[in-house]
Amino acid sequence: MLLIPCPWCGERDETEFRYGGQAHVARPLDPNATGDAAWAEYLFMRDNPKGWFRERWNHAAGCRRWFNMVRHTITHEIASVYKPGDPKPELPE
Amino acid sequence: MANPALFGRRRSPLQDHDAALVRGAVAGPRGVTLKEIPHLAQITLRGDADDADFIGAVRAALGFELPLAANTVAVSGDVSALWLGPDEWLVVGAPDSETDLSIRLNGTLKGQHVLVVDVTANRTVLELSGPSGRGVLEKACGLDLRPRAFKPGQCAQTNLARTVGILELGQSGAWRIYVRNSFALYLADWLLDAMAEYAIDAAL
Repeated sequence: MLLIPCPWCGERDETEFRYGGQAHVARPLDPNATGDAAWAEYLFMRDNPKGWFRERWNHAAGCRRWFNMVRHTITHEIASVYKPGDPKPELPE
Repeated sequence: MANPALFGRRRSPLQDHDAALVRGAVAGPRGVTLKEIPHLAQITLRGDADDADFIGAVRAALGFELPLAANTVAVSGDVSALWLGPDEWLVVGAPDSETDLSIRLNGTLKGQHVLVVDVTANRTVLELSGPSGRGVLEKACGLDLRPRAFKPGQCAQTNLARTVGILELGQSGAWRIYVRNSFALYLADWLLDAMAEYAIDAAL
């Protein structure tokens, strides 16, 4: 089980969290002016890297807040967590 | 807002469970006791912790500072405030004080972008006390509850025996568990079962 460091509550078991998928997926500013292909790209298409990944998590059984985390999808190593609105951290080597 | 005329008629989830709670109590150096503290007034309070007007208005209503450190509790008299999130607190008071607390908070916070909701009927409170209280709780919960990690005046929202609750460690060393009314009987029975082994030790 992962030990996930919530930016507010500190380290908690993975079972307290819900996964929210890729972080930093921006909704098109004007959906009506967005073509079908671009909308589908926004709605369905996600990166699926072998390696470092910025992703969203929700501390569902704790403070119930969303945050972002940089996790390695193979080793599950956690490089950093940051609050929504914080600058996007660089991915580790 | 709660109707004070109905206070005398309300029921708590464990009010018919007294016999089991008394039977489950363990005495002695490894003793542990479970009881219900019913009908504590509970108010959810949300607002911007960085806004001095909000913090000041809450201080004027409650008479003490909201806890700003994560998972801590501020207490003054029989009113306490539990940190639930960076912009969310649970204000807890004596039974039947929820209307008074709501009026005080709504009064000083008038016109501000905040939320004050009476959630008294949402949860009941279990109190686990005695030398083995922590040992019982550790079976239900994955958090590090040892004194070096979880100190009096701290609280935490977490998974407890397949339900979720709020844990609070009081200055007396007794654990308070805020649990949904509908899960209270289940959690009480789970804890009573977890307490049984200490009674065997006590009998030897």
